[in-house]
Amino acid sequence: MLGFAVRRLLTLVPLLLIVSLVFFLMLRLGRGDPALDYLRLSQLPPTDAAVALARQQLGLDQPLAAQYLNWLSGAVRLDLGRSWSTGRPVMEEVLHFLPASLQLAGAALLLVMLVGLPLGLLAALYRDRWPDHLTRAIAFLGVSLPNFWLGFLLVLLFSVQLGWLPAMGRDGPASIIMPAVATATMSGCVTLRLMRSSVLGVLGERHLVFARARGLPRRTILGRHVVLNAMIPPLTALGLHVGELLGGAMVVEMVFAWPGLGRYALLAITNRDFPVLQGFVLVMTLVFVLCNLVVDLAYAWVDPRIRFGTRAA
Amino acid sequence: MKVRLALLLVAVLLGAAVFAPWLAPFDPAETSLASRLLPPSALHWLGTDHLGRDVFSRLLWGARASMGAVAAILALVLALGSLVGATAGLLGGVVDAVLMRVADAFMTVPTLVLALFFIGALGTGLTNVVIAITLSHWAWYARLVRGLTLSLGARDYVAAARVAGATRLDVARRHVLPAVGGQLAVLASLDLGHWMLHVAGLSFLGLGLAAPAAEWGIMINDARPFFRVAPMLVLLPGAAILLTVLAFNLLGDALRDRLDPALAGHAH
Repeated sequence: MLGFAVRRLLTLVPLLLIVSLVFFLMLRLGRGDPALDYLRLSQLPPTDAAVALARQQLGLDQPLAAQYLNWLSGAVRLDLGRSWSTGRPVMEEVLHFLPASLQLAGAALLLVMLVGLPLGLLAALYRDRWPDHLTRAIAFLGVSLPNFWLGFLLVLLFSVQLGWLPAMGRDGPASIIMPAVATATMSGCVTLRLMRSSVLGVLGERHLVFARARGLPRRTILGRHVVLNAMIPPLTALGLHVGELLGGAMVVEMVFAWPGLGRYALLAITNRDFPVLQGFVLVMTLVFVLCNLVVDLAYAWVDPRIRFGTRAA
Repeated sequence: MKVRLALLLVAVLLGAAVFAPWLAPFDPAETSLASRLLPPSALHWLGTDHLGRDVFSRLLWGARASMGAVAAILALVLALGSLVGATAGLLGGVVDAVLMRVADAFMTVPTLVLALFFIGALGTGLTNVVIAITLSHWAWYARLVRGLTLSLGARDYVAAARVAGATRLDVARRHVLPAVGGQLAVLASLDLGHWMLHVAGLSFLGLGLAAPAAEWGIMINDARPFFRVAPMLVLLPGAAILLTVLAFNLLGDALRDRLDPALAGHAH
């Protein structure tokens, strides 16, 4: 198991290298002269001398390869450079905003699992009866809702009309409810439908007939044979949903003034603050990739065929 | 039945988008301080916003921006994905390895984070939003096309065409692309709603069209300060987004049922 974990971890290294290289080139070969952006953000007049000095200070006069290696050697030492607009280390700033974003995405993930999986099971067990029809309709609506707009709807109902929940900020456990619901809805609905079809697949298998024949109680069959097996596909897909949740959380943050990475990244985008953009995309990718690694490991733990590289068809 | 409903909805939305300049009763950008925040009336069907602009006209023009953006993304993603995928699949070797590693890199980053990054690199504006969403989604299509190209390339009729003297380009154009088309159509129709939501989300963040323009996402952002006094200004553009995404998803579902029952589990 440990060997599998190490192998999977090692395959991430070249992937992350390619990611960082591709996105480094995108920024450098993109629009305009970064030195001018730097001067604008530092509120210095863009005279010829100032531009030349900025180029030298930022290392922009060096060949691209050298610039990339410089950035990379910093990144492996957890130094992502300094923000052009604030002058503070990017790592420090990202780590300051990251916890709130992770908290929101994490709460949403929990909702996806705690609501999506049981409702999916329910829909499958009551196939073609009203719980199935109802969840189908809800899921169809849910995957079409813009998350930020759902946020406004929730505020209108629960803050403005009913006054039950705070409309914005991150203050106490009640404040995370609406942002988490708005972030989780789409992935939750997809998970619900996936769980439904997975349960239906398992229900059709022959070992269940045998379990019934052995006289096992319905409750045992459902719990041990159906639910555990059926949860594998939706749980695997959860790894991908993490990406959706991380991105979605950043938009929803703007509705609820949730103090996460959303606002920070938005500022970096409009400012064209390159070190921040690079650091931001790297950290988010790392979080996403690590979450998928955890899912993979959990999966391999449940299903030994994966661990030994003999994937079943 | 499902197909008809989906087609009808999409047709209505497309009609609104194409004929917005003739259908809209008012200039979407024309402000009038005398008629601010009016309720719906015979003159202003859906009322006016905080600058006295006609909401109905702005919604129509918003359809134009949104549908235009999604159509452009569709065309660009299909073109880029097919080009890269077919190149990798047909040429193989080093080209294939390099292209697929780059595709892997693009698939490693969450799509919205990736789109945000590209807007940072390219600058804001609707065109750059379209490019950013294209760049964050092409890789899935390249993978699909490459896989199909490889499996089709192993078929006897393709080998026969090659033996008969057809060039690789001929094979790609005559035999591979038509077979790939159906699969691409299914995948793309399931993604249309997803792209619409991305466009709306990025516009809502203020990264798309600039403020005076009529686009659903930015209309919601514009109306935020007046949310408590005039919630309809937020609710209506959102309902327009919802309706459009619903129509796309309905269309995708219907196409999938009809063309490719095997893809029934596809989910983003």
